[in-house]
Amino acid sequence: MATNQLPDALLVRDYINGNENALAVLINRHQSKIYGFIYSKVLDRDVSDDIFQDTFIKVIKTLKSNSYNEEGKFLPWVMRIAHNLIIDTFRKDKKMPKYRDSDDFSIFSILMDNSPNIEGQIITEQVEADLLKLINELPDDQKDVLEMRIYQDLSFKEIADLTGVSINTALGRMRYAVLNLRRIIEKNQIVLTN
Amino acid sequence: MAKLYTKKKNETQKMLPKQETVDFILNYSKALRIVKTTNNENFEIVVN
Repeated sequence: MATNQLPDALLVRDYINGNENALAVLINRHQSKIYGFIYSKVLDRDVSDDIFQDTFIKVIKTLKSNSYNEEGKFLPWVMRIAHNLIIDTFRKDKKMPKYRDSDDFSIFSILMDNSPNIEGQIITEQVEADLLKLINELPDDQKDVLEMRIYQDLSFKEIADLTGVSINTALGRMRYAVLNLRRIIEKNQIVLTN
Repeated sequence: MAKLYTKKKNETQKMLPKQETVDFILNYSKALRIVKTTNNENFEIVVN
């Protein structure tokens, strides 16, 4: 009898005995029913393919470990495995809903990555390094105030206490520091952009 | 004999899995060996 006409039970036995071709025949014979059943429940081609694949992986493992008993028929048994996997998929989806791209909806419309790209990061690092060089050109009293305010995040009251001057003096030094920085930048036509 | 008034359903296209899915299953089957230990435990070995 040609392999294609053998009953399922015989093909299963052949497969267990090492005939890999028997599995191909079984899949070919039942793929439409099994896949159609899965698709009718999940309504998604990709998910259906995944479940179809997982179903047969279970089938293969069960057959190869000799745990299969021919109580029922092959197809209803495979359908039951597929059915259980479909339920598992729905359970997973309920716990963690999936969003898929479609013509009307792009996942990236609600999911954005605002972190700078590599180019942006390099530019920022260069700008910061250039700025540090410029700050080093400032007179010491102005440089100290600016560093304490910007880099150490101290308040003007704290700066005033640390440097032993009044708050107004600290504010004035900060103002001159910024003005001087602008002057150096304009004078040397430095471009600091990000 | 009673007449059937319902229209015959259009032939729907057969739903089939992707060929690559079927290929994967067949290749997986060829690569998988299950070894039973003396403790009756199964060891799965996937040979490339």
